[in-house]
Amino acid sequence: MGMTIAEKILAQHAGKDVVRPGELITARVDMVLGNDITSPLAINEFKKIGVNRVFDKDRIALVPDHFTPNKDIKSAEQSKLLREFAREHQITYYYEVGRMGIEHALLPEEGLALPGEIIIGADSHTCTYGALGAMSTGVGSTDMAAAMALGEAWFKVPSTLKFVFNGKLQPWVSGKDLVLYLIGKIGVDGALYRSMEFWGEMISSLSMDSRLAMCNMAIEAGAKCGIIEPDQITLDYVTPRAKRNFTPVYVDKDAEYEKVYTFSGDEIEPQVAFPHLPENTRGISEVGEVRLDQVVIGSCTNGRMEDLRIAAEILRGKKVHRDVRLLIIPGTQNIVRQAMREGLLEIFIAAEAVVSTPTCGPCLGGHMGILANGERALATTNRNFVGRMGHPGSEVYLSNPAIAAASAIAGKICAPGEVL
Amino acid sequence: MQGYVWKFGNDIDTDAIIPARYLNTSDPAELAKHLMEDADESFPSKVKAGDMIVALKNFGCGSSREHAPLAIKAGGVACVIAHSFARIFYRNAINIGLPILESPAAAEKIEQGHEIRVDLAAGTIENLSTGEIYQAAPFPPFMQTIMDKGGLIGYVKWRLESEQS
Repeated sequence: MGMTIAEKILAQHAGKDVVRPGELITARVDMVLGNDITSPLAINEFKKIGVNRVFDKDRIALVPDHFTPNKDIKSAEQSKLLREFAREHQITYYYEVGRMGIEHALLPEEGLALPGEIIIGADSHTCTYGALGAMSTGVGSTDMAAAMALGEAWFKVPSTLKFVFNGKLQPWVSGKDLVLYLIGKIGVDGALYRSMEFWGEMISSLSMDSRLAMCNMAIEAGAKCGIIEPDQITLDYVTPRAKRNFTPVYVDKDAEYEKVYTFSGDEIEPQVAFPHLPENTRGISEVGEVRLDQVVIGSCTNGRMEDLRIAAEILRGKKVHRDVRLLIIPGTQNIVRQAMREGLLEIFIAAEAVVSTPTCGPCLGGHMGILANGERALATTNRNFVGRMGHPGSEVYLSNPAIAAASAIAGKICAPGEVL
Repeated sequence: MQGYVWKFGNDIDTDAIIPARYLNTSDPAELAKHLMEDADESFPSKVKAGDMIVALKNFGCGSSREHAPLAIKAGGVACVIAHSFARIFYRNAINIGLPILESPAAAEKIEQGHEIRVDLAAGTIENLSTGEIYQAAPFPPFMQTIMDKGGLIGYVKWRLESEQS
């Protein structure tokens, strides 16, 4: 009996020929990641262990992205702790403001997340790198501390759910829509403790940016990871930027899945998740009249080049509705620069949108676009829990960047066709 | 351990347990002041040391923030029982030594205000208000060892020491 991609990667890193679902193992990790919210706790715990050094200064990434540029004194103190730790331990991949990006946009771009690797991060959206064929998963700060000391972590081998997307992508449908659609089908705990594998013609045709958006939201179905087997698109993306040697891992032909789900392209139109769970999805044609106060395009889910290009295509020559604030947050400094070169920032500002430096900011109700009581936002982010973007009495809807850009123009949730 | 129950529903997310607007500190006592605030505003003032939380499916879904189980622990909650836990919350609780038990039957039957007695080692939950007894699945030996060492840091220190000797 063969192994799924997650099983194979876990087995290799645990020094075993075979692992099976349910087995508890200790495995080597290729990269340990933390941000300005989770790392301070991890640093305190690391100090308690009593080791003098981190396991490998080239295999730790520290990215101050959540409350940066720092929003208040307390968050500045947190970032300072991170910065001082990075200096003390000569952490190679510490990214200061001005060089940073939203962690899950940044690490792939920097070639620090690679096929066949295990990456753990003290951030739930670490599952993003499954798009590159890695077994990557979110953990807590104490896990991060232990991994910084030992270079390993404990794992329960997950069983795997296989999702097959047959057929062609409909207009304006992206990886974000595929993942929202499947969360709508299986629920926010539909893949609890599981690995998800994404297969099929639609997945093969997805760009890397779209794949990253899709795997980013595996956690919103409760999954440990969401993986796409490496193909030519993957290798074209990682090869020029890889900071380490890597060996792609491919699925065994006789791999055993707990369950197989099959979806067809003609059933999937652009999706919108209604408050207050990502599983409350509807196709764009079934949304009805939802007026908006704010639209956010950005985040570790949809702040990449493709997302900005799509938004610009729709916003070109248009104005944001007078009742709406549109915030556009490119994922990394490189993306800001590229968007500038391509003239996208000009289009956004001419449309009367705000363009921000990279930050997680409003996605988690941190800063830069907090909602008041009763306000309603449409965001390309990943969560719409109660109070996620501000006041517990506010509402967040989730969509892809095309829907978000069109809706910012219309002042209500709508398909791009209504404004183009 | 024995205590009174606060009951919650399905999919209690980490933003409900500790909203991100308070994450500019890692101080557990400071975090505990805002425990479950967006689910029940007066919860921080009502919860007492030794109380227990019982919830339905997918407790702790969402963010990886360890601030969530830390706030629960610092808030004096002795144990969390749920039908199921989100996976990062589950490992965080084990790693920081917050007692948790998975028991669909207990999660279903126990109501707000019930008094319960929990035997962690045996995995039994006794509902003193109704007389019912529920059995939670036992922890695998590896996880039990982590918990016996007071959490992952204690476990790592113990392992490093035993490797040296």
